[in-house]
Amino acid sequence: MKAKISVKNLHKSFGHKVVLDGVDIDIAEGESLVVIGGSGTGKSVLIKCIQGIITPDEGSIRINGKESVGVKKKDAEELYSKMGMLFQGGALFDSLTVWENVAFGLIENKKMSRKQAKQEAIKYLRQVGLSEDVADLSPSELSGGMQKRVGLARAIATNPEIIFFDEPTTGLDPIMADVINDLIINSVKKIGASALTITHDMASARKIADRIAMLYKGKIVWQGSVKELDTTDNPYVRQFVQGSSQGPIKVEI
Amino acid sequence: MFKYIEKFLRGLGKPLISFVSRLGKLTIFIGRTLYNCVTPPFYFKLLVKQMIDIGFYSLPVVALTTVFAGMVIALQTNAGFSSYGAESAVAQVVLIAVTRELAPVFSGLMVAGRIGAAMAAELGTMRVTEQIDALSTLSTNPFKYLVTPRMLAAILVLPLLVLIGDIIGILGGYTVAIYQLEYNAANYINTTINELQMIDIYTGIIKGAVFGAIIALMGCYNGYESKGGAQGVGNATTNAVVSSSILILICNYIITGMIFTK
Repeated sequence: MKAKISVKNLHKSFGHKVVLDGVDIDIAEGESLVVIGGSGTGKSVLIKCIQGIITPDEGSIRINGKESVGVKKKDAEELYSKMGMLFQGGALFDSLTVWENVAFGLIENKKMSRKQAKQEAIKYLRQVGLSEDVADLSPSELSGGMQKRVGLARAIATNPEIIFFDEPTTGLDPIMADVINDLIINSVKKIGASALTITHDMASARKIADRIAMLYKGKIVWQGSVKELDTTDNPYVRQFVQGSSQGPIKVEI
Repeated sequence: MFKYIEKFLRGLGKPLISFVSRLGKLTIFIGRTLYNCVTPPFYFKLLVKQMIDIGFYSLPVVALTTVFAGMVIALQTNAGFSSYGAESAVAQVVLIAVTRELAPVFSGLMVAGRIGAAMAAELGTMRVTEQIDALSTLSTNPFKYLVTPRMLAAILVLPLLVLIGDIIGILGGYTVAIYQLEYNAANYINTTINELQMIDIYTGIIKGAVFGAIIALMGCYNGYESKGGAQGVGNATTNAVVSSSILILICNYIITGMIFTK
């Protein structure tokens, strides 16, 4: 299968702190990859490197077969424009209304008229289970789950080829978390995008993943299917899945 | 013995390195701002919104501070010059003090407190809630969307505020001179108009533009680079106001020195 994103030997340090220490990972076209790992293992940095928000120290990231590390900003921008992202806290623009948030990419980049963009935004809001009534509210008037949905609507509104999900279910009750999981599966399938999710919520990972990889101390220590997750004898994965404090993963206190 | 020397040198080196690295970051920030001010795309709507925020909504504070500044200068000049014919001195001193120094400095400090703090808090919150990263993922350059409009608006609007401050400050002096000190109104107005020079006006305009750049730069830089949640945003706000206020006073002295010493 053709690789949509191909990360090779990715390194990133902040000062003396090594965050990514040679990450190798591929995401196939239309595949949903979930990267699991504890807090502070470099999951967010990995996503930000792929999106071009953080420049890696070393290594290669190929998107659709084209190198994005070290190329001119203008050339890379085209690659980045095919990406969408759902942020952990939603990251909705609080100076704009809900529909303006969803339509942001359509108005600013695709130069759609405001009237048309609002129609589109409402369409995407419906798709994530929100009614037309919320369109003119400000993001701060919404609950956490609703903000996540608006964030999802904003991420899929530009029809991206790759979508990133940063801890999509963190901070939500289990039922709302499952609703978001379903929405993620549906919306990603609908537009045929590849998805990269980082999470430490195992229930969510099992549900939305085609393939799971585990990141520990800046390296991918294991990858495999959801089925293999339960049968593997990899000590890191077993400790993480069981949620045990005993094992090779040491929590720095 | 060596331990103490090492400790001393470390204590000296750490703030020095952090100072130099901050200076470097600031220089890069200034470079990026200048570059993004002259390259498309431009966000005119955001520029107009910022101009209204910075200019129009700052009018009350600028008017209040400059009117009292003009009034107090009139009183002090009258007290100080009473033995040498204060009547003509008051109008002249009020004119010079207000247009050259008080209106620019008070407008600058007031806008630094009002707008510099707001810029740092808004951009800082956007940074820690990942809204700035979200702009990038929506293929929008956050620098052009957030920093450039604020910078341009501040540079364009502050000189206008200074000019309005000039008029209101002189009016304040006039009010005190006529109604409290009971000078002749016609003489006062004549002196003011005769003594008014172009240099008084353009000094204020230059100072306004420079102070505007300082306020926007400090507000945006501290906000944009802030990290560490609510406390980080608080620090950014404090730093923005304190550093821009100090820089305004220092630059005010330098500009006065450049224009008025020959």
